Amino acid sequence: MNKIITAALLIFLGSSAFALTPQEQGLAIAIEGDKRGEGYEDSKVNLKMVLIDKKGRESARDMRVKGLEGVGEEGDKSLMIFDTPRDQKGVAMLTFTHKAKSDDQWLFLPALKRVKKISSRNKSGPFVGSEFAFEDISSQEVEKYTYKYLRDETLDGMDCFVLERIPTDKYSGYTKQISWIDKAEYRALKVEYYDRKKTLLKTLLNKDFKQYLDKYWRPALSEMVNHQTGKSTRLIYEDYSFQVGLKGKEFTKNSLKRAK
Amino acid sequence: MLERLTWMLVRHPWSVLLVTLLFVGVSGYGAKNITLNADYRAYFSHDNPHLTAFEDLQDQYNKVDNILIAIVPEDGQVFTPRVLSMVEAMTEEAWQVPYSRRVDSLTNFQFTRSEEDDLLVSNLFEDAQLLSVDDIESGKNVALVDPVLAGNLVAFNGKATGLNLTINLPGIDPAKEVPEVVGYVRDMVAKYEETHPDIGFYLTGVVMTNSAFPEASEQDVQKLYPVMILVILVLLFFSLKGLWGTLATFSIVIFSGVCAMGLFGWPGVSVTPTTLAAPVMIMTLAIADCIHILMSYYQGIARGLHKKNAMVESIRVNFQPVMLTSLTTAIGFLTLNFSDSPPFHDLGNIVCIGVLAAFGFAMLYLPAIMMLLPSKKISDEFAQSSKMQFISDFVIKQRTKLLVGMSTIIIILLALIPQNKLDDNTIEYFDWSIKFRSDSEKISETLTGIMSINYSLSGGGEMNVADPKYLATIDAFAEFLRSQPEVRHVNSFSDVMKRLNKNMNGDDESFYRIPDNRELAAQYILLYELSLPYGLDITNQVNGDKSATRMMVQLDKISSAEVIALDGRAVQWLKDNAPVHMLTEGASTNVMFSHITERNIKSMIGGLVGALFLISFIIMIAIKSVRLGLISLVPNLVPTGMGFGLWAIFDGQVGLSLSVVMGVTLGIVVDDTIHFLSKYVRAKREMNLSSEAAVEYAFNNVGVALSSTTLVLCAGFLVLTLSPFALNAEMGLMSALTIALALLVDFFFLPPLLLWLDKDKVGSEPRSQDNKELPEANKLSATL
Repeated sequence: MNKIITAALLIFLGSSAFALTPQEQGLAIAIEGDKRGEGYEDSKVNLKMVLIDKKGRESARDMRVKGLEGVGEEGDKSLMIFDTPRDQKGVAMLTFTHKAKSDDQWLFLPALKRVKKISSRNKSGPFVGSEFAFEDISSQEVEKYTYKYLRDETLDGMDCFVLERIPTDKYSGYTKQISWIDKAEYRALKVEYYDRKKTLLKTLLNKDFKQYLDKYWRPALSEMVNHQTGKSTRLIYEDYSFQVGLKGKEFTKNSLKRAK
Repeated sequence: MLERLTWMLVRHPWSVLLVTLLFVGVSGYGAKNITLNADYRAYFSHDNPHLTAFEDLQDQYNKVDNILIAIVPEDGQVFTPRVLSMVEAMTEEAWQVPYSRRVDSLTNFQFTRSEEDDLLVSNLFEDAQLLSVDDIESGKNVALVDPVLAGNLVAFNGKATGLNLTINLPGIDPAKEVPEVVGYVRDMVAKYEETHPDIGFYLTGVVMTNSAFPEASEQDVQKLYPVMILVILVLLFFSLKGLWGTLATFSIVIFSGVCAMGLFGWPGVSVTPTTLAAPVMIMTLAIADCIHILMSYYQGIARGLHKKNAMVESIRVNFQPVMLTSLTTAIGFLTLNFSDSPPFHDLGNIVCIGVLAAFGFAMLYLPAIMMLLPSKKISDEFAQSSKMQFISDFVIKQRTKLLVGMSTIIIILLALIPQNKLDDNTIEYFDWSIKFRSDSEKISETLTGIMSINYSLSGGGEMNVADPKYLATIDAFAEFLRSQPEVRHVNSFSDVMKRLNKNMNGDDESFYRIPDNRELAAQYILLYELSLPYGLDITNQVNGDKSATRMMVQLDKISSAEVIALDGRAVQWLKDNAPVHMLTEGASTNVMFSHITERNIKSMIGGLVGALFLISFIIMIAIKSVRLGLISLVPNLVPTGMGFGLWAIFDGQVGLSLSVVMGVTLGIVVDDTIHFLSKYVRAKREMNLSSEAAVEYAFNNVGVALSSTTLVLCAGFLVLTLSPFALNAEMGLMSALTIALALLVDFFFLPPLLLWLDKDKVGSEPRSQDNKELPEANKLSATL
């Protein structure tokens, strides 16, 4: 069975190397996944974040996210604009993801009318009180992890690669992640996050995938469950649009104040 | 019927022995299912309102189960590169502690400041080994005045610091999880102790409290049980004056304890140190049954009877009193089921099983085993003692003085009862031999308060924690709490907001105040949240939808009454100064334990009154007299009251275990009364003696037996005072005191009372009337 997969993979990747190590195999899968997401240029989506505590009490906030695909060695850029709660309406966060170093982030506070830079270590903390850390939702550049192919498994009837990836950033909150990537479309269906003491912390399930522009798959629902606190967070994505003509100058520190 | 059974037993001793061993073996095997409980919550019923409030608070914010590691350098120098870098290393390593959620220390404290108009958030000390004297000095200046750190993770005088680990126990199997965490932390600390011999390390916190329970349990088993066995052997040897009777009784004592724990353990239970007092009590109670039977048996042999005849006769004479006393004792212990604290249910039920088992063994197994052992002629040791005659003469002669004198003493002692103060303190539950106690006291002395109260203060709606009015109110509340003498440290979210406001305004001290604009505050919170690193978020202080914050108050080691009083003042302050939605009561383990005794007493009262009725009814049936049954209430109730009166003089602190002492002793105290009254009644009715002569008869017949069983019982319960677990030690002491007082009352107060209230009337009318009153009872007791 393994041989068949390896063989298939070799043909698939057009690689000439004979026996791939699990590390090479894992990297190859990650690269392929990244490749399939390439070329979207830019995107817009409305995002509803629902926080659910141990007792099932919910609280929600709305935001919009604009993304700009990185060119060449540049990472992706994103702009997140908060619509609710009322007191945080108009807060905008700009992120430059980098392949080799820590991301840069700025936050515009309308009440203060100023842009503030955010410490680069922040990305492992809970994002606005949710069970997502910023590193979970930011652009998943290939270079941010080392990989290892573990095994094949079916998940919800789909054939998947099971991949281990270890963050390269020392400020990451995780020691490793295990992800289930379906073989047909290279979508991350499920991710398990292991904390600094190597115990299972959270599980992410991406659901209701839809294909846009006949190419790009995006989940309509991402659900993160924290096993240690019993809390969970749902991200509901609505009205995805791609290639709407966003420009690089809309993603600068100065443009933050005008972000709407 | 009974005689035939006993004859059968004495004729087939080997079969009886075999069946007994089989029974003990099978039931005792269940003891292997018993585990040691490691969760203080075991002491609370599921519907305890203070527990519910606390759990609710923990659900809203993060859990507060913690381990606090205090670090106390001998030379008082915390702010040196060496100590700081050690704290830094420990902080880093502590993230690896099983189930840890968060680690807070002096070094990873998130210090915020303004730099080039940006909010800079960083560890207060980083790479401490490389820091210059100036760097350390400026960090020290921050630490010693920061309201979050000073008095909490660093001593006000800067001579001690601490590492607080927030532990999120899954709670699936606390008996395994707690030792796992504590073991890991102790190993970690031991490593640092070795490399830093000049630094003291001390551990306290909720998880350490949990861990102290099974540790006390283990010590109980290791310390108490051997002493108990020794005490039993000595007592038996002296009261039975023979090796064989001692051995036979000893086997019953052990069998009863094993059976009770085993039968109780079969379903698989976890036990607290409280539960482990049960075998000691069972062993003590089992002795009394055997002594009664063996004394009659030896007396029979001394009279020249054959072994078998002597035994059959002894069982015939003792069956009813031993059954009655076992029954009343069992009823007394069953009242513990009314306790609000589940471990006492277990204690009561186990002892109940044990007492009934001991009765069974004494009636069925003892006759058989004695046949297999050599009998020995007993001299007149077991004949009546002249001392009893002396006491009897004294009591009859001085009856008026005794009646008045004893009444006075009793009334004074009863009047002293309210002087007792309710006090439960989880730290003082453990004596100094348990490391948790000494460590906690040391931490209280050097670093911070080891007791705490939490207030979850609601803002009345989503994101309302950013409301300047809300922030101003909690800030004033924090100030109010800080002004209370018992309060060591207050952690309030308003301090974070004041600091952020200052930082956002170029670190201008004049901005160290609540932001005056709601949006601004909300956006500061967002910026701050996005700036905090892994594990150091604000979810431990602010709830999910930002509608409430938690105020954490550290206290000195104070009594329950003081905790309740402080909480009362805090609630009153909120009533006077805060909007209705902010009204709340304090919640914490300390608050839970502060209320536990009062709740327990209230819940016990119903059960005790019921048991008292039942026991009095049994006595009325047994002695076939309503009037004497009513009189018996006095010696049954008074000893407990006198005990608490004496306690008020010598100690005055009543904790959880004392609130169940009446349940423990009621059934035992009653035994003395039953024995005394039944002999008294027999003398009056069967021998037609006068009250005076009946008192004398009762003294001569049961005086020695009562004295020796009281001695045995007191000795047994006093063994519990060796327990490192205060609940057991106090329960043992108070029970022994009560049992001793019961004998005093039965000897020096009951007889004068009888001579006064049960005066001989002309003729025998009253007595026959008594008999007519309870014809049903007569039949009942005849069939027993």
